Amino acid sequence: MATIHHYLFLSAILFFIGVFGVLFRRNLIVIFMSIELMLNAVNLSFVAFARFTGSMDGHVFVFFIMAIAAAEAALGLAILVMLFRNRATVQADDFTLMRD
Amino acid sequence: MELALFYIFGGLAVLGALFMVARRNPLDGAFSLIVGLCALAGLYAMLHAEFVFILQVLLYAGAIMVIIIFTIMLLNLNSKELKEPPAGRVKFCIVLAAVLLGLYAFLSTLSRLPVKDSFVAPTFGDLDKVGQLMLSAYMYPFEVISAVLLVAIVGVVLLAKKVI
Repeated sequence: MATIHHYLFLSAILFFIGVFGVLFRRNLIVIFMSIELMLNAVNLSFVAFARFTGSMDGHVFVFFIMAIAAAEAALGLAILVMLFRNRATVQADDFTLMRD
Repeated sequence: MELALFYIFGGLAVLGALFMVARRNPLDGAFSLIVGLCALAGLYAMLHAEFVFILQVLLYAGAIMVIIIFTIMLLNLNSKELKEPPAGRVKFCIVLAAVLLGLYAFLSTLSRLPVKDSFVAPTFGDLDKVGQLMLSAYMYPFEVISAVLLVAIVGVVLLAKKVI
């Protein structure tokens, strides 16, 4: 019998894999996918709480998060394409315009 | 049986996520992330979340990952750009993530969340039930979301233009 603790622990593991990806990787596309992974981990805990408290509000919140994630994906990837057009790179270390 | 399914889907999700972070080629990572997202959809089905299950397959594993893969193919990265400089903070990051996860595991033992399987109605999470909730209690956020999506569409068109 899978309890809420199983789901919350799985959600935490997925979230920390996403955090690790953002901290460790230098490729902007992989960083972007790690952010999507973190959003999914939060969605899982929302659905688990909805199931084990018997209220469906969590499902509505997941819908809103997915809508925001879709908007973020479209805008973020458009910005990524613009950056690649201007600088011809997708490595986060190469974007040091503000530091130089 | 249910626990076995949970471990299968959960293991697939974790493996897909780990591969996504570990693979050097972002296209490999995107495909393994799709596997992970589909495994998460299976977990949603186990949690009686029919509406979220459909959205996960259609919107995440479908639409969003298609945009990401399309962008990766559009950028057409060569092998020089795929080569990342060796990161010196790997050990620090692994230790940090392990410490935070351990802290979470410790804190979760102190919690008093319901452990027993609470009964839910067979219609829990159905499309019509969630839809009714979304258009009654959450009507204003729903309308704001449509405005956000409209702004995002206009913004993407502006960004994608070569000359503004």
